[in-house]
Amino acid sequence: MADIAQLKSVSSQVRRDIVRMVHANSSGHPGGSLGCVEYFVALYFEILNHNSADFDMDGFDEDIFFLSNGHISPVWYSVLAHSGYFEKAELATFRKLNSRLQGHPATEEGLEGIRIASGSLGQGLSVGIGTAITKKLNGEDSLIYTLHGDGELQEGQIWEAAMYAAANKVDNLIATVDYNGRQIDGDVDDVLSLGDLEGKWKAFGWEVITEDNGNDIESVINVLNKAKTLTGKGKPVMILLRTEMGQGVDYMMGTHKWHGSAPNDEQLANALGQLEETLGDY
Amino acid sequence: MKEYPVLGKKDTRSGFGDGLLELGKKNDQVVAMCADLTGSLKMGAFKEAFPDRFFQAGIAEANMIGMAAGMTIGGKIPFTGTFANFSTSRVYDQIRQSIAYSEKNVKICASHAGLTLGEDGATHQVLEDVGMMKMLPNMCVINPCDYNQTKAATLAIADYEGPVYLRFGRPSVPIFIPEDMPFEIGKGIMLSEGTDVTIVATGHLVWKALEAAKELEGKGISAEVINIHTIKPLDEEIILNSVMKTKCIVTAEEHQIAGGLGESVSSLLCRTIPTPQEFVAVDDTFGESGTPAELMTKYGLDAIDIVTACEAVMTRK
Repeated sequence: MADIAQLKSVSSQVRRDIVRMVHANSSGHPGGSLGCVEYFVALYFEILNHNSADFDMDGFDEDIFFLSNGHISPVWYSVLAHSGYFEKAELATFRKLNSRLQGHPATEEGLEGIRIASGSLGQGLSVGIGTAITKKLNGEDSLIYTLHGDGELQEGQIWEAAMYAAANKVDNLIATVDYNGRQIDGDVDDVLSLGDLEGKWKAFGWEVITEDNGNDIESVINVLNKAKTLTGKGKPVMILLRTEMGQGVDYMMGTHKWHGSAPNDEQLANALGQLEETLGDY
Repeated sequence: MKEYPVLGKKDTRSGFGDGLLELGKKNDQVVAMCADLTGSLKMGAFKEAFPDRFFQAGIAEANMIGMAAGMTIGGKIPFTGTFANFSTSRVYDQIRQSIAYSEKNVKICASHAGLTLGEDGATHQVLEDVGMMKMLPNMCVINPCDYNQTKAATLAIADYEGPVYLRFGRPSVPIFIPEDMPFEIGKGIMLSEGTDVTIVATGHLVWKALEAAKELEGKGISAEVINIHTIKPLDEEIILNSVMKTKCIVTAEEHQIAGGLGESVSSLLCRTIPTPQEFVAVDDTFGESGTPAELMTKYGLDAIDIVTACEAVMTRK
C-alpha cells in the first residue's frame, strides 16, 4: 500500500485546488468534490491499473473509471493532474473560455483521462457496463469503476442499468455511490428519499458493501480492495460510500448549500486556512 | 426519363437485418444490441449467428444507448436497434451527451419510421426523428430508400468513424436500386436527369418521386429526380447543380416539414441560390392508425402529391 501520509498530503492539496478552482470562476461544485477527495486519491494513487503518461481512449489492458456525476469535475481534474495526465497549471483554466476543463467533463478537446462526457445525470452506469462488456469481449481482466451521486440515483436510467448488469452477470464492474445524503435542493431524504438503498441494490442482484468512513483514506482503500475481491463472481459490485459533503472546510460541512456555490474572497481565505498547502498551489 | 425496373418488393428493415448479418461475418468488432424488438428489427439472424456479440437490452432504451457508447471504448462498433421513436425522442439526452458530444462510434439503427408503421398509430409513428438527429453536432443522418440501399448503407456505416442515425421502415416497398450500386455516405444519387423541375426525395418517397416523374413526363414536363439518402452531411453540389438548371425544386419525405430534408434543402438554397420550393411532407400534425397506403394518401405523401407540387412550384419560377 502507498504511504498513507503521502496520500493525505495529496488529499489536502486536492482540496486546496478544488476551492481555488471554483473561487476563480465564482462557479462550480465544491461540496461533492470535497467529499469525494479520498475516493479519487485512493482510486488513482492506489487502486487503478492505469497509464497516465500515455493516455489512450481505448485503454486496452487498463482499468477504466467513469464519473457519472460530472458536476464534481474539480476533484477529478485535480487528481488527474496530480496523477500526471496533464499539467497542474491547466487547472487554472477550469470553466474558462477555450479550456479543456469544461464545467462538466468532456472529451471534445481531448483532455487526457476523460473518456466520455458526463453532467446530465444517470448515464455513467450504462456507459460503464458497456465498457465492462467490451473488456470481456476483448479477453481482458481489467476492471471498470464508476462513481455516482446519491441524488443521481433518482434517475430512472440508473435502475435500468442496475437490472441489466445483474441479469447479465457484469462482474468486472465496481460502482460507487457518493452517499452524502445531500443534493441541490436539500437533504436527499427530503427531496426524494432513496429508502432502503442497500436493500434496493441487493434486491437488484448486486453485491453491496457499505463503508461509513468515506473520508478516511485507509478505509476507502480497504473497501475498494475488498470490492476487487468480489469481482469475477457473477455479480456487479456496489460500494455505498458514506461521505460528508464539503469535507475539510468547516463551513461547507453539514449542509447542502455548498453543492453548487463558490466561495467569495473571504470564504476562500478561510477555507485555505484550513487546508495545508502540501504540494504547491497550481 | 431513365427507367428503373422493379427488382422485387421487400421491407427496408430486412435490408438492415441482412446487412448486419453480412457485417457480422466481415467485421468482428461489430456488435448488436436490441431493446426487445429483435424480430421487428430483423436482427434475429445476427443474434443466431453471433450470440456472443448480440446483447438483449430489454425494454430499457436509455441503458442500451449508454451501454453502446461505453462499448466503443475498446474498439467495438455497436449497432443499436429499436423503433425510430424509441431510438430518438425517448433517448435524446443519452444520445446527445454519451454519443454525439462524446463522439462515440455508435450506429443508431431505427426501424418503423414515419407513417408507414401503420396501424399502431401516432404514438409509434415518429415524424420528427430526422430533425432531432440532424440538429446534433457530429451526427450523420441516413434514410435509405429500398432494400438494396438499406443493406448497402448498413455495410457502409460500419466503415465510417463516428455516430450515425440510420432510419428505415416496416412496409414492403419496391426494390429498384441495383444491388451493386455503391453507397457513398454524403453523396446524392442522380436517378433521372431533367430540365423543368428538380425532385429531391429520401426514404420511401424516392420510388414515389420516380412514379411522379413518369407521370409528369406524360404531361410534357421533364423532372430531374435526385435521391438524397444522406440528409446530413447534405450533398450540396448535386442539389445546386440541379436547381441552376431547373430553377425550382420539390422535396419529398416521410417526415414533418419542420426539421426534415426539405428544411435542409431550403436552408442551403436561401444561402446560395434562392429557389422556389414546395414541400411534400407532413405539415405539423401527428399521424393516426390506418394502413400505410391509406396514411400516405391522407397525409399527402403519394406520387400524385409530388406531381401537384411540381406543377405548383413551376408556376413560381
